[in-house]
Amino acid sequence: MPGPIQSVERAATILRLLGGAGRPLALAELAAALDLPRPTVHGIVRTLREEGLVDQDHASALYRLGSGLFTLATGWDRHDLRSRAMNWADALAGGTGCAVYLAVPDGAVAGVVHHVFRPDGSPQTLHTNTDHPLHATAWGKCLLAFAPVSTPAPRDLELRRYTGRTASTLGMLEAHLSAARARGMATDVGEFESGAGGAAVPLRSGGGLTVAALGIAAPVEELFGGGGEPRPTQADQLRAAGREISALLGTIR
Amino acid sequence: MSTSERVVAAIDQGTTSTRCLLFSRSGRMLAVAQREHRQHYPEPGRVEHDAEEIWRNVARVVPEALKRAGLGPENIVALGIANQRETTVIWNRHTGVPLARAITWQDTRTGPIVAGLVADGLTDLYSETSGFNPATYFAGPRLRWLLDHVPGAREGAEAGDVLFGTIESWLIWRLTRGVHVTDVTNASRTMLMDLRTLEWSPRLLEALDVPERMLPEIRSNAEVYGVCADVLPGVPVAGALGDQQAALVGQTCFAPGEVKCTYGTGAFLLKNTGPRIAGSAQGLIPTVGYLVGTEPVYALEGSIAMTGSLVQWFRDSLGMIDTAPQIETLAMTVPDNGGCYVVPAFSGLYAPHWRPGARGVIVGLTSYITRGHLARAVLEATAWQTREVVEAMNAESGIPVTRLKVDGGMTADHLLMQSVADVLDVPVERPLGSEAVSLGAAYVAGLAVGHWSDLEVLRANWHRAAMWRPDMASAVRERERENWARAVERSYDWVR
Repeated sequence: MPGPIQSVERAATILRLLGGAGRPLALAELAAALDLPRPTVHGIVRTLREEGLVDQDHASALYRLGSGLFTLATGWDRHDLRSRAMNWADALAGGTGCAVYLAVPDGAVAGVVHHVFRPDGSPQTLHTNTDHPLHATAWGKCLLAFAPVSTPAPRDLELRRYTGRTASTLGMLEAHLSAARARGMATDVGEFESGAGGAAVPLRSGGGLTVAALGIAAPVEELFGGGGEPRPTQADQLRAAGREISALLGTIR
Repeated sequence: MSTSERVVAAIDQGTTSTRCLLFSRSGRMLAVAQREHRQHYPEPGRVEHDAEEIWRNVARVVPEALKRAGLGPENIVALGIANQRETTVIWNRHTGVPLARAITWQDTRTGPIVAGLVADGLTDLYSETSGFNPATYFAGPRLRWLLDHVPGAREGAEAGDVLFGTIESWLIWRLTRGVHVTDVTNASRTMLMDLRTLEWSPRLLEALDVPERMLPEIRSNAEVYGVCADVLPGVPVAGALGDQQAALVGQTCFAPGEVKCTYGTGAFLLKNTGPRIAGSAQGLIPTVGYLVGTEPVYALEGSIAMTGSLVQWFRDSLGMIDTAPQIETLAMTVPDNGGCYVVPAFSGLYAPHWRPGARGVIVGLTSYITRGHLARAVLEATAWQTREVVEAMNAESGIPVTRLKVDGGMTADHLLMQSVADVLDVPVERPLGSEAVSLGAAYVAGLAVGHWSDLEVLRANWHRAAMWRPDMASAVRERERENWARAVERSYDWVR
């Protein structure tokens, strides 16, 4: 049985120092407290910062605990998520002409946290706070594919057949999820509602964990090209918005 | 992005920060840059800004926004300004240096000056000419305070060496290196302008003893005031609006009866009243909505002092939540308010009650009440106060509000927006992009240079991003309205 991992021990000590100091600390103070060379300590705090567990003030270069620690026990609050994603969700709807959905894992369903109407003036109903099936929507499948720990195993889902295209067998669903992982994007080609399409990408918080899915929705023929792949212009905007929101989730509030 | 891109730049000079936003012809935001400025609190009740710091921030955020969009000054067809209203600056015409810090709209030092106007029996003169009764809220008394207290201010003003302006005047003067103008919406908040003629009123100037030669020329909201000599050399400065009027334009409330509400720290409802100047009953304020062309469009304004700031209090002073959005999470732990009501009369009650002696109350507490019920009651307080202002507006004109366009940070709160729809019993709509203030400034500037042909073209840029439909039984609404009214009564006359 090997002994404790030294760098993990040192990382834990740095977090305790930052938590107990009552003020932001300089690299030199951390190095002195640990009695280690500065480059060694710098390597550790830089890694912790990249994981969102430590935050560095731009102006003073001082270190403090990062926002990732506050959400460690509870995960992201869904209304904090909506608040952070809202501007980019609006921009995505404006840029693609699609409706936008933000969904989080909620037991055996995808909980819709935010919904932006398709900006075409047509009458629409707000779906915020409704539940969508995990296996039959783009955002649901995105959560299954990229957040396997926070969602049920596919074999435990009730694979209700909503349309002729729904992944209603375990084999079909597993194939869809593999394709989503390969593409970095889940799709719905009229699987929940006939003719209604969707595409979704994962939103990742500090450390790369998937906390939500960001999706766009439009008629299948508008969203997908001949080969059944999402049209590049819309897919690229969806990916870009996903990256921007993910970047906001990795920073301190 | 192609370098032939033609965009409009907007400066949103707000209470806490200065931002520059770039908008495409379809009204899409392309880039934003922001800088905060210091708040100075020299004494209780006094809040000041350094006008020079604000100018420096403008000079920084504009190039930052251009850089983010990958554009240069040659891509900007016009620059528009939306600003915090009623904040007062005086500066030296020759050196461009402010004589004192700007006195902001939250500052209440002019109480004795306003009381003096009332004691002199000038209330009717002001309400008939400027549209409202004297109050510390407006810029005119602040200018008088500066003339009385800043060494050299009065002599300089009388000699023509010292100039007055609200923030848009100050920024236009610096951008153009010497064009001294204001716009009708900002001028309508000085308490010095005749709301009918849209000119400085000699009688109101005399009553406050303000030398006319220090005042800027009053202009429409959409015209080329001058060309930038600094920051964006060669770009026309072509529009300015007070922030709330800017949101009215950004929300395209161009027809009489259309209403917008901006939910921020406080909330501001503005209703388009067309060519008609509304009465100022129940503490609502008639104001200029906008002047594009030659015919002014008036608006009726009602404000709510505490909306977002009540949530901040709930977060920072009570420590009930870690972030403002989490109030919705907490409120959703319970199905209703459990009989609990919060009346946030922290510094008295404004429109439509006007009870300065009121103080905040929490009523209906029982052992059943949890933090979740309090969170609900905090959000519902904003909804009921919105209804009170809307009811006062309906009573004033007889034309009821049939839908409410909303913007501002609190529109991210789904539960609150549903509550507003429920208690108003009208649909509540949020447009795509919550930057109505900046968009309004961009619109007037773009209109002035022909980038957009007319107001109606802009309507096509307004896209519904969300709509909350009323979903509350009328019996429940009536019961809750009555409970809220009883809670409000309990806040009255606490301060003796």
